[in-house]
Amino acid sequence: MRWYIGRRLLQVIPVFLGATLLLYALVFLRPGDPVAALGGERGLPEAVQEQIRERYNLDKPFLVQYLLFLKGVFTLDFGVDFRGREIVDVIAGAFPVTIQLAVMALIIEAVFGIGLGLVAGLRKGGIFDGSVLVISLLVIAVPTFVIGFVLQFLLGVKAGLFPVTVGRDPNFESLLLPAIVLAAASFAYVLRLTRTSVAENLSADYVRTARARGLTRSRVTGRHVLRNSLIPVVTFLGGDLGGLMAGAIVTEGIFNINGVGGTLYQAITRGENVTVVSLTTVLVIVYILANLLVDLLYAALDPRIRYA
Amino acid sequence: MPENIDVTGARRDQPRRGQEHFVAPVDEGGLGAVDAVSTTQAPKSLWGDAWAHMRGNVLFWVAGAVIALVVVVAVAPGLFTSIGPRACDLSQSLSGPAAGHPFGFDFQGCDIYSRTVYGARASVVVGVLATAMVVVIGTIVGAIAGYFGGWFDTLLSRLTDIFFAVPLVLAAIVIMSLMSTRTSFTVALVLSLFGWPQIARITRGTVMSVKNNEFVTAARSLGMGRVGILLRHVLPNSTAPIIVYATVALGTFIVAEATLSYLGIGLPPSIVSWGGDISKAQNSIRVAPEILFYPAGGLALTVLGFIMMGDVVRDALDPKARKR
Amino acid sequence: MTTQIPLTGQEPETQGAAPRATDQPLLEIRDLEVAFSTGAGEVKAVRGANLTVYPGQSVAIVGESGSGKSTTAHAIIDLLPGTGKVTGGSIMFDGRELVGVGRKTMEDLRGREIGLVPQDPMSNLNPVWRIGTQVEEALKANGFQGTKAERRERVAGLLAEAGLKDTERRARQYPHEFSGGMRQRSLIAIGLAARPKLLIADEPTSALDVTVQRQILDHLETLTSELGTAVLFITHDLGLAAERAEHLVVMFKGRVVESGPARQILTSPQHPYTQRLVASAPSLSARRIEEAREAGVESVELLAQHADADVEKVRSEDAVVVAKNLTKIFKIRGSRPGASTDFKAVDDVSFTLGRGRTLALVGESGSGKSTAANMVLGLLEPTSGSVEFDGVDVARLSAKEQFAFRRRVQPVFQNPYGSLDPMMSIFRSIEEPLRLHKVGSAKEREARVRELLDMVALPESAMRRYPNELSGGQRQRIAIARALALKPELIVLDEAVSALDVLVQAQILELLGDLQRDLGLSYLFITHDLAVVRQIADTVVVMQDGRVVEHASTDEVFEHPKEQYTQDLLAAIPGRDLDLGLVPPAV
Repeated sequence: MRWYIGRRLLQVIPVFLGATLLLYALVFLRPGDPVAALGGERGLPEAVQEQIRERYNLDKPFLVQYLLFLKGVFTLDFGVDFRGREIVDVIAGAFPVTIQLAVMALIIEAVFGIGLGLVAGLRKGGIFDGSVLVISLLVIAVPTFVIGFVLQFLLGVKAGLFPVTVGRDPNFESLLLPAIVLAAASFAYVLRLTRTSVAENLSADYVRTARARGLTRSRVTGRHVLRNSLIPVVTFLGGDLGGLMAGAIVTEGIFNINGVGGTLYQAITRGENVTVVSLTTVLVIVYILANLLVDLLYAALDPRIRYA
Repeated sequence: MPENIDVTGARRDQPRRGQEHFVAPVDEGGLGAVDAVSTTQAPKSLWGDAWAHMRGNVLFWVAGAVIALVVVVAVAPGLFTSIGPRACDLSQSLSGPAAGHPFGFDFQGCDIYSRTVYGARASVVVGVLATAMVVVIGTIVGAIAGYFGGWFDTLLSRLTDIFFAVPLVLAAIVIMSLMSTRTSFTVALVLSLFGWPQIARITRGTVMSVKNNEFVTAARSLGMGRVGILLRHVLPNSTAPIIVYATVALGTFIVAEATLSYLGIGLPPSIVSWGGDISKAQNSIRVAPEILFYPAGGLALTVLGFIMMGDVVRDALDPKARKR
Repeated sequence: MTTQIPLTGQEPETQGAAPRATDQPLLEIRDLEVAFSTGAGEVKAVRGANLTVYPGQSVAIVGESGSGKSTTAHAIIDLLPGTGKVTGGSIMFDGRELVGVGRKTMEDLRGREIGLVPQDPMSNLNPVWRIGTQVEEALKANGFQGTKAERRERVAGLLAEAGLKDTERRARQYPHEFSGGMRQRSLIAIGLAARPKLLIADEPTSALDVTVQRQILDHLETLTSELGTAVLFITHDLGLAAERAEHLVVMFKGRVVESGPARQILTSPQHPYTQRLVASAPSLSARRIEEAREAGVESVELLAQHADADVEKVRSEDAVVVAKNLTKIFKIRGSRPGASTDFKAVDDVSFTLGRGRTLALVGESGSGKSTAANMVLGLLEPTSGSVEFDGVDVARLSAKEQFAFRRRVQPVFQNPYGSLDPMMSIFRSIEEPLRLHKVGSAKEREARVRELLDMVALPESAMRRYPNELSGGQRQRIAIARALALKPELIVLDEAVSALDVLVQAQILELLGDLQRDLGLSYLFITHDLAVVRQIADTVVVMQDGRVVEHASTDEVFEHPKEQYTQDLLAAIPGRDLDLGLVPPAV
């Protein structure tokens, strides 16, 4: 087990370096000069441009720039953005609400996805199964942003059940509808995965043997069918945390939440490359860590992995 | 082995009730030649088998009809409407259905029906292009990693991990915002650039399990080369999961394109697309929510068609799932 | 061997040879009908089966795959897979009708009254729970009252009873840390945990090595007779059934074709199917040859084709394959870096295969027999030592020479489902070697494929079919036809008949014998089953843990085994001690 964790941790290093380098290259190697574009139509005086270039290491070779950036990541010193704000502060301001939103969405999709998926899987081929499956297909087919403002319009504007926008002061209540919207697509995937997994496990040999030794149906379902079916589902859920945070860009836009998505979007439109790279790097780190966590959780759920 | 055939101890001369020597009448058993080949049924390949299975599935026909319709609309939108999508008349802004304009007009006074019809092309082109590129890249990377193993595998697997570590939508947003020219092709390119790791992983896994089959060893014993075996035996047997995934992926790429266009960094306004129209419709949702319905409906129907087809194909190609 | 643990809680009333119960059947199945509903309608899996088991008695259902034997067993405890349903007849257990009882009643009955030891120890234990937990479940579900400590003690006791050592530690381990035999012992512990009156043993050992099989069956027998448990064996092996049960029920295509006292069925089978089965069971034919030899009968029919094969003589005569001090070492990657260990899969193995002869490499799993075969095939390079084919070292061939070598040596593998490319038609599969080696024109190749199909007794119409349409035996014939396509001199048969049903197995063995005689082929026959060896091989090499244990002519190995391990293997052939009574005892 110790070696399994060790090996897994070692694998994270090249992935982290590769992914950040990739993003960094994409943002900074693009044609055009962001500094020259800073002052609008007229442009900044040459001397000021030079100063900015020096300050952001833009005068140095690309790889050096990247390494300096990495150093910044590890020392939590991302520098300041073009408007003079500490990027660490920007990150600290943006992430909490997005994390809260993503975690709420994760809980929603896990609870409803697993719950409905379990029932559908146990009654595969029945009416409940059929209708749940159709709903899940519809939820996947309709894009998040459509679900987003349709629900916003129907439940928020028309019915008045939820706050229409979140704004400056996010709380549990105002984040609930956005979390449901964010969770929708993943919920359908969790449901379908649980359903298949449960149906597959139901006909596993060890389930029959468990029944043969006289266990009641509920115990067989809980201890053998569900327990084993959760292994792939948990893997999906863990990997999805990062996806939810990235996907929150759309949801945050609809509900006017000042999270990572909004900040990133603004930074992109303003051409603040340092901010874009810093935010995406943190997102990638979250994504990689979530996947690492999944692997460790996987080992905890499946004893066979521990000794592999 | 001790002679203890009778566990109860007492050796009986007479069998007990219900255990007398019984022989079934011979004709009843229908004892034929051992292991005869059926000569009545027509030969069926795996694909033929899958096709026969699909044909009997209602969902296949529904999904097939939807896909066919969408593709025809995408190829020849002129067949369905004579009004151009850009023939807009601001005076008609937001007015309801009228003769010749069954869906009414949008904010800019364009015919919604026409725009919905013309919007199909962007979605289909991006979906098909992105899927094709993803399948090519993913299959090559996955097959090489899985089949040759060793350093190839380590290197390519890490590369796959790296691209996998960047969420698709995030990467697409970052790159698309940097693109100076945006066309259906660039959108598809960006989506496939970060969309291939899934297929690579699937292919790698399948190839690794297929290459352990005895028919592969048999081919080696015939003197067939490694590349020959990969192309003639391993890849053809690895296609099923790739096809299933590709069908579903097509749907998700269409959604991704719409999301980018909705955010304003996908297709430019000059290309008619459902995503762009949804984005515009959102502005007038409070006064005319029905405008949203048509492009969103077209999009949902298309995606639904592909996802359903993916389900049908999976059922048909996976004999394990079919049994139940 | 084991100490019996006192039973707590409710003791079954009918125990052991209690006189009251012996005349009252414990299980009585009458006219049982089981059907599976498929897309194409109902498929009947069991048709009018009758079966009676008395308390404490052992009964066996014998049949090939698809005979309905397992379905019958599962119908008893209402565990039919998928859409299976009892559509008629009755199952009386201990005076109660079981067909149509509610789920609750059945749950009470399972484990407590009727236990099950399933077939495949690898898939029947839940991989995510500890062994102890799974045994404990069986106790808790069946009304075991007691504290946690008492339960744990009882679990250890049950595992010890099933023949496991160091049970405290074993109970805390997970299934994947157990060997196949240990898992099967755990399953026996689970099956007997609540002291059922009837134990259904569904092919309880067919997935295990023969010597382990023997031990476990012996143990199960002692245990159930101590507890007075009736056992219903489900098996494909007539020899095993006859050895373990007093009453046999032979099933074929869902019907009971013959049933009666074990000895009677074995010595005078009445139904043609049973007759065929008795004639084909390898364990029995090996025994038959034995009896014949004991009686001094040297009949050609009984002794098949193998002539007097003297090991020394083969060495001097024309040898096709000479393996010299063959050794193969694999590096096993450890759980931590740098912890890789060397594993000697094949250790200093030498043997000689004479032209037109059959040499059998016999051993249990992990004996290195398949690794040795792969070195003969030139698919693996030996770490040291050499394989000479027709006087030339196989490992030192140039690419061109190797390609030529491939024409002369062909394999046939065990798994009839994996050895043919499912995407290729039978024609393309057989034609592939011809095309690869550029033999003949398209027309000539087609003619050759027809000829080959004829050789393996398959109709030409099979050419257009695909592997998924054929049975296991037919696929194996195709694999043989493909191997023969290039007119090789040596065929390596790696467990080539092990996965087949008895009758089909007999057919394929016969086919192999005919082909050898007609084409002068040499066979390297890899198997775990000594019984089959008796019918086909001239020379036997017994392997254990990568080493050669014994190397002698087949008759010598069977009649005068020198090594303990060979004797163990021989003793493990089911039915070896049966008196078939086919030949009158020697005077």
